[in-house]
Amino acid sequence: MRQLPFLKKKEELEEQVRSNNGVFSVIVRKEFTDFIKSWRIIILLVIIALTCLGSLYTAFTTIKDAISQSEDATGIAKDSYLFLKLFTTSDGTLPPFITFVSFLGPLLGIALGFDAINSERNKGTLTRLMAQPVPRDYVINAKFVAALLVSTILFFSLGLLVMSLGILLIGIPPTLEEFLRVLCFLVLCIAYIAFWLNLGILFSVRFKQAATSALSSIAVWIFFSLFYNMIIDFIGKSYVNPESISSTEEMINKQETILNLLRLSPNYLFSESTSTLLSPSVRTLGPLTMEQTVGAIAGPLPFGQSLLLIWPRLTGLIAATLICFAVSYVLFMRQEIRTN
Amino acid sequence: MSETIITIEELTKIYDDKPAVDRLSLSINKGEVFGLLGPNGAGKSTTIFMLLGLIEPTSGSLQVCGINSTNNPIEVKKLVGYLPDDLGFYQNMSGLENLIYTASLNSIPRKEAETRARRLLEQVGLENAMDKKVGKYSRGMKQRLGLADVLIKEPEIIILDEPTLGIDPKGVQELLKLIKKLNKENNITVLLSSHHLHQVQQICDRVGIFVDGQLLAQGNVEDLAHQLFGEQSYVISVEVKPLHEGLLHELQNIFGVKSIKRVNDSSIDIYCNKEITPEISETIVEQHASLYSINNKSYGLDEIYHLYFEGREIDETTTIP
Repeated sequence: MRQLPFLKKKEELEEQVRSNNGVFSVIVRKEFTDFIKSWRIIILLVIIALTCLGSLYTAFTTIKDAISQSEDATGIAKDSYLFLKLFTTSDGTLPPFITFVSFLGPLLGIALGFDAINSERNKGTLTRLMAQPVPRDYVINAKFVAALLVSTILFFSLGLLVMSLGILLIGIPPTLEEFLRVLCFLVLCIAYIAFWLNLGILFSVRFKQAATSALSSIAVWIFFSLFYNMIIDFIGKSYVNPESISSTEEMINKQETILNLLRLSPNYLFSESTSTLLSPSVRTLGPLTMEQTVGAIAGPLPFGQSLLLIWPRLTGLIAATLICFAVSYVLFMRQEIRTN
Repeated sequence: MSETIITIEELTKIYDDKPAVDRLSLSINKGEVFGLLGPNGAGKSTTIFMLLGLIEPTSGSLQVCGINSTNNPIEVKKLVGYLPDDLGFYQNMSGLENLIYTASLNSIPRKEAETRARRLLEQVGLENAMDKKVGKYSRGMKQRLGLADVLIKEPEIIILDEPTLGIDPKGVQELLKLIKKLNKENNITVLLSSHHLHQVQQICDRVGIFVDGQLLAQGNVEDLAHQLFGEQSYVISVEVKPLHEGLLHELQNIFGVKSIKRVNDSSIDIYCNKEITPEISETIVEQHASLYSINNKSYGLDEIYHLYFEGREIDETTTIP
């Protein structure tokens, strides 16, 4: 029987796709092994694990004190999302879990990404890699996937570990809603880390020296975590001047503008989203007038509503991540492979 | 008898309005060792990168094993092994692991990859260092590992960019011997680039002289001399006193002398198309002049080298006043 030509073509294509997938997973596996073997990442992982356990401990002692004060505390605990407090409270000696994550997450992302391309280039392995039958974008994609895999595994195991320890220590199992909230929080963390990871990769494509790209990534991180808020505060003080504002509407508008400016910072987006997810009592992220709050019954927001509230932030974060990745992808594809 | 394996036609690459490779046409036959010779910055590496499809040519076409490497680089890279000049390995992996990684990038099953890697490491003489981290290898060892790395995909063509760079003379000899052996035994076509004419001449079947993006001449070494210097393949420099017109006239009349160039008061360069040193000395003695020295400077690689690699123009040295 004669085989139709297009059928054969399709089979060949499938064959090619299969072998390419194999090659892709080979690179991912190698990058992943490199990450978990490198001292840089091991040290960061240990620091993150230790601080998280430390903050868990302080949260636990605070909660335990609160529970032991009243008899029907267990009942109250269920209503007030006590389990989530594991992640957000502290007795003041150590910052809570979410603060640690928002601080160390970017550092992990940067550490995973800052020398992705330029170290290969400087060691001369990029030319050798490119001389193999591997599409060029596999290199950058595989590095991204491997780094994302490292942070996903780390954060999910850490989050689940904290949950299980919480159950053991407090003795109150989380409700389904609490569990889902924590899972969403972990996904959010990964999106946040992915942003910094991609920023690192972008700088690693752009800058020839690993030190330059590390320093610029850290500079961006420090800018957003320290100076950006200060600058916006400064602008806000003169912009939202109570003396020049005549109506409530104007006041709200100006306040909104300032908030939107703040939201350009990925750090702010992340902290807004985490507090919404882990503190269900947060009902809105914008300004509220007294009129709006009068008559409102203080109560937790349902999970779906919380999710709805953070949805734009999450998509914004992912969009920023994708933009960084797209820019580095295009830069890398157009770059000369040769080193000199 | 020989079939063409690499065909380059009118290949041009322009960087910032300056051509790095200028209308290069070249064909390399299956099973030969071709040396691409030229000074640094002549465009050798650019040509090689275009052969591998890593750089897109501005114009012109390339065929490697009948495949267009600009449109289909992946297929070409399956058949071609490339050893870069600034060769680097993953330092924290052993030599064997590095080879196996390369093999797996070429979709070679793990078991097969390991046997091939061990065999190749033995072949390049690294069997005792295969489990050592590459970070501890010497330059020569890395170069040999590089050769094994190139061969693990069992290529039809290997392209070596400055393979002898930074290795001691003994290492160079061993490496070149190894390359020649591979060429003979496995019938692998070898394209190597170098600026070390002397090292490369011993293993190349053909060489191409490549300067400022243009291929000036190609062929084996004798052909090259012929192409570059025409018939005047021999230069005999003579130091003689007194150097009078009569003597010059007599010398000019010797059969085979093309022209005579006066270097200074007492020495001349005689350009001729065959070896006539005895006739020249005889003539000088007959003319009652004292011969201080006579020296046969046949146009070999040295002259070719100096002519091109030191940036001089062909016309300046060969025109005789």
